[in-house]
Amino acid sequence: MTTPHEPGQHTQPEGTIETPAITSQKAARHSRRAFLFKLSLALNGAVGAVLAVPILGYILGPAFRKNSSYNSWVSLGPISDFPEGETRLVDYRNPVTTVSDGATGNVACWVRRIQGAHFQVFAINCAHLGCPVRWFAQSHLFLCPCHGGAYYEDGSRASGPPERGLFEYQHKIEGQNLMIFAGEMPTLSTEACNRKPLVRIETQPSPNATEQGADQTRSSAWPA
Amino acid sequence: MASLKTNKTSAAFKTYAWFERRLGLTQPLTDAAQHPTPARSASWWYVFGSAATVLLVLQVVTGILLALVYTPSASEAWSSLQFLNQNVTLGWFLRAIHGWGSDFMIAIVLIHLAQVFLFGAYKFPRELTWIIGVFLLLLTLGMAFTGQVLRFDQDAYWGLGIGASIVSRVPFVGGPLVHLILGGPIIGGQTLTRFFALHVFVIPGLLIVLVALHVWMVLRLGINEWPMPGRIVSKATYESEYHDLTAKDGVPFVPDAAWKDAVFAAAIMLAVIACAFFFGPFGPSGQPDPTIIQTAPKPDFAFLWIFAVLAYLPPEMETPMLFIAPIVIIGSMLLLPLVAGEGEKHWSRRPLAVLMLAVIAVSLGIFTQLGAHTPWSPIMDAWSGDPVPVAYLQNRSPLQRQGALVLQNKQCRDCHSLGGVGGMRGPALDSIASRMTEDQIIRQVLQGGGNMPAYGHALSPAETRALVSFLMTLRGNDLSPAIDASRSLAHSGAIRVPLKPVPMRTP
Repeated sequence: MTTPHEPGQHTQPEGTIETPAITSQKAARHSRRAFLFKLSLALNGAVGAVLAVPILGYILGPAFRKNSSYNSWVSLGPISDFPEGETRLVDYRNPVTTVSDGATGNVACWVRRIQGAHFQVFAINCAHLGCPVRWFAQSHLFLCPCHGGAYYEDGSRASGPPERGLFEYQHKIEGQNLMIFAGEMPTLSTEACNRKPLVRIETQPSPNATEQGADQTRSSAWPA
Repeated sequence: MASLKTNKTSAAFKTYAWFERRLGLTQPLTDAAQHPTPARSASWWYVFGSAATVLLVLQVVTGILLALVYTPSASEAWSSLQFLNQNVTLGWFLRAIHGWGSDFMIAIVLIHLAQVFLFGAYKFPRELTWIIGVFLLLLTLGMAFTGQVLRFDQDAYWGLGIGASIVSRVPFVGGPLVHLILGGPIIGGQTLTRFFALHVFVIPGLLIVLVALHVWMVLRLGINEWPMPGRIVSKATYESEYHDLTAKDGVPFVPDAAWKDAVFAAAIMLAVIACAFFFGPFGPSGQPDPTIIQTAPKPDFAFLWIFAVLAYLPPEMETPMLFIAPIVIIGSMLLLPLVAGEGEKHWSRRPLAVLMLAVIAVSLGIFTQLGAHTPWSPIMDAWSGDPVPVAYLQNRSPLQRQGALVLQNKQCRDCHSLGGVGGMRGPALDSIASRMTEDQIIRQVLQGGGNMPAYGHALSPAETRALVSFLMTLRGNDLSPAIDASRSLAHSGAIRVPLKPVPMRTP
């Protein structure tokens, strides 16, 4: 019986049996403290749950954003910059950047002008694992330096580990400018938004854009 | 003088006593240092764990020192590394020690793992020590990958691209996961700061906690005894057997066993410092500007084998393998001690374990070697940089020489070598005409196949004719040309059977 006793309480000699009254009194105190301890745990659990909301929201924020919300129309310059029958490397500034992005906010893409207003705009990223593909005009091939993926001039898969053709940006010609719908690094799971953006305000064809109507729907997945 | 010395000693003792009264650490630390070790385990084979811990301390110290200068901003990280290399006194050396320390740490952790596996040290009661060790290995690799990202250069940028592309293959949640990892739609400032937080706070914190647990369990359960053939681990008897063993011929860890750990750790540190001094820091390579596409990204040493495996997997197997293989590998490592927690420890009684270790080690070695040389990658400037060997142009007709020109201009050399120079993606062409007939070469060039693109749309008929006529001259050391067995039959219009078969070889 080494437990401290309340002041004024009668100390009991060692070995004697506590009276039922004192035992029940102690048990009541103990169960009260145990209950308070459990209550304090529950209280902290509740506080933790409240705190988890902003923490998880902060961490998972980027994941909850809709893919297409990053994309917008970017100008690649006048179409006169692109000779017919050639494929050229073009740089643009990503429409979504932050102050600390620096040069990583600059993105390159391959623009192929087939003929007249018929364009294809390919992402630089290999459909295999995202390395930058290079265009070889003489052999009409895109080659990837990482694992040797090869694509034909129309972006379709030629050989190597890629399971599909190059990612293609949706594009249109506005005035005399070539525009692409970009903003997000194309990968196998995000390329869908390049294919069909959720809302196309431009679906009402303006008089000078009618001839590109067919061209806009041209951006579709390449058969694997 | 003597009294002065005594005074000093007693003052020192008083100070010690003051702290000891409050800390009370002397006794537990002495007990830990002198815990009994089986005499044969005081061996050079048991030094890798402590060396890995010493390397972790080295990494933490040099990491903090680098953080004094490094700027975790996508626009300035690369420049701050250049500044460290060029302008900060001994900055290059600290970077080199941190970089080489990381390579050594991975190597030592892997050797430690192999030794523990070979010596059966993961068996009862040390299962949890092994399981935590598996997590320590994963965290060490995590440090290596995030550290490579912080060296924010071209390899880091495209390495992140590879990581994002792998994650994007996760079914259903691939897209959100990519955004979660990149911190936004592209690889940029948010990506770097995320990996900075992981590399500097999250993973080191976990590492330190788990290392503490790992060491605590080693002290609590004792160092694994030297395995003997026939000495079977059984849950019922092991603990008392181990207790008897250490009581009979145990030696105190300090100093009887610890001196070997200390010597090895010093040797490893010296090796890191020597490598850092003679080979210098890793990179940074080119600027992390994605518009500079003249780059051949390659991961750091520890991940070269994965890079190689990704080159060889057939496209249709790649996504399943990327997600099933890690689960199987990590899962089986975690389950190993739970499944095989008893029985023989000695390697001579565990042939399957030895074979497995050998196969895994050799495979990792081969894939790492392949990853270092990337024979599957086209050599992007071979077509313009490596001339056709002169011998292949002598005594050739103008058409054939024109064909050699076509071969160069159409970038065939990027994938095919001549005279041992050029890409290795496709077969060497030095003796192509002894393996393929003219018709087969024409078909292969125009239609592609195997792993070769079709060139039908990139070659005019005249170019094709010239190219093939040149290729037909390539027969190695005058090997006989490939023949189409059916051709002679077609010409004769009948099957001609030789009346008397010619024997291949006279005995």
